Amino acid sequence: MTGIFDGVEPMVVRSRINVPYTWWAGETAGAFFTALRDEKKITGRKCAKCGKTYVPPRKVCPVCFEDGMEWVEVSTNGTLESFTIVRRQLASLPRKVPVVFGLIRLDGADTSVLHYVEAGDLGMIKIGMRLAAKFCDERNGSINDIECFFPA
Amino acid sequence: MDSAAIIGVGITKIEANKVRETFADMVWEAVNKALSDAKMTIDDIDNVITTSNDFWDGRTISCMAVSDASGARHKNVSCVEGDGTFGAFYGLSRVFSGSYGTTLVTAHSKGSESVSSLITNAAFDPIYDRVLGMDMISASALQARAYMHRTGATPEQLAMVSVKNHGNAKYNPLSQLPMDITVEDVLASEMISDPLHKLDCSPVSDGCCAVIIANEKRASQYGGAPVWIKGVSFCSDSYFLGDREISKTASLTKAAKKAFSMAGILDPAAEIDVAEVYDAFTYQELMWLEAMGLSQDGKAGMNLEKGVYGLKGKLPVNPSGGLLSGHPVIAGGLIRIAEIVKQLRGEAAGYQVEGAKRGIAHGVNGLCGQSHCVWILDREK
Repeated sequence: MTGIFDGVEPMVVRSRINVPYTWWAGETAGAFFTALRDEKKITGRKCAKCGKTYVPPRKVCPVCFEDGMEWVEVSTNGTLESFTIVRRQLASLPRKVPVVFGLIRLDGADTSVLHYVEAGDLGMIKIGMRLAAKFCDERNGSINDIECFFPA
Repeated sequence: MDSAAIIGVGITKIEANKVRETFADMVWEAVNKALSDAKMTIDDIDNVITTSNDFWDGRTISCMAVSDASGARHKNVSCVEGDGTFGAFYGLSRVFSGSYGTTLVTAHSKGSESVSSLITNAAFDPIYDRVLGMDMISASALQARAYMHRTGATPEQLAMVSVKNHGNAKYNPLSQLPMDITVEDVLASEMISDPLHKLDCSPVSDGCCAVIIANEKRASQYGGAPVWIKGVSFCSDSYFLGDREISKTASLTKAAKKAFSMAGILDPAAEIDVAEVYDAFTYQELMWLEAMGLSQDGKAGMNLEKGVYGLKGKLPVNPSGGLLSGHPVIAGGLIRIAEIVKQLRGEAAGYQVEGAKRGIAHGVNGLCGQSHCVWILDREK
């Protein structure tokens, strides 16, 4: 489009979508967060068919498509599978940069969890390093009941 | 597979901010370009598939809002939420159903109008992990590091993808970011989410693409130049990142194998003349090439260094400049299809791959390549 709009300030409409949601956590996530909050335990669900333990837990094994799953407790320690150090203050970040996100494979689990990694020296963070969960003193039943994972 | 062809394509210029155009203006432009390319009118279109995303558009049932500009009024119109390659897959299925001879497929987004970090954060699970604040860039950075760790791909090799694609874009008048840059420029650009620098990431963009698919009978009826669809497949992986082996892409390997087999291709690296793949980030071009079997696993970086994927290389990859040079989400994959069509018709002008007869186009949906759609296109029926 050229011509008639040359030199004219474009008119823009400013708006936002702001819709509150109330999600039911579901019985599986509900039990997971209850154990996190009340017992500082990390739990998963193990598929009776393939033997895979999912953390965070799933009601149904997504691979076998079977609901024969049992609850298991996994370690609060694990291994760093990958990580990124976020340097730009991206709009989605609830914390000040640098923020380190990691994929952590807890001992006893066959999947990894996403969480923050904190270390005094960011340069020491490496794939394969051992990490331990640090729980918050005040917990209210969310993934943020774990404050972060730190070098074990 | 029955015969079907792409008989018209239309792409708008890809820009950082089309502040003087509404989303419907872009769709109108792309649809009319595609109709004129196919030498058709809107009356020749039997049904319409629109591809859009409610969050990017900032309105619910966004697919319906765009139907007027797509000429879908009083036609059967359906929609796909996701990448345009998936919309085209649905459009092709409708042609194969026998109910429709032609399908018009559109895909659009205006990244400039919202905040992509917030939108892609909302792709994470609201119960388990959204609150941590990851978005597309930080999630992809996790994948980039896992890929580099597993294969030994270097930051310099990733940077070379950016250098190549921005360089190719200089010959594509529709591209947003044609640039003469060096590996050093990429490595010196802002570190957004380690290991991804700013120039390892595709930009925020506005744009639209329209493609017309026809069955065998209708394909040759209008006087345009059909490009034949020889193989199409899509495949999805687990939703949760932690469930996947994120340094690999099993779903893409599966989708590509099936598409190659439909097309009767035994040795993809030797038989494909040109590729347009979903390079939202530099590492993805290398990773996708390996997953598709167009490179040996872990060797794409070295092939790139040798010039294999350059405009004059053995297998030119993203000769249009790719998404690194302009990335309208949703339209991204459909543009890859349209660019391959242009290549196979010999109409890519300055970035034409000489003698291109058979090409592959690829689209992605979901975080870190959860789902992939692969198209094998051929000049010959």
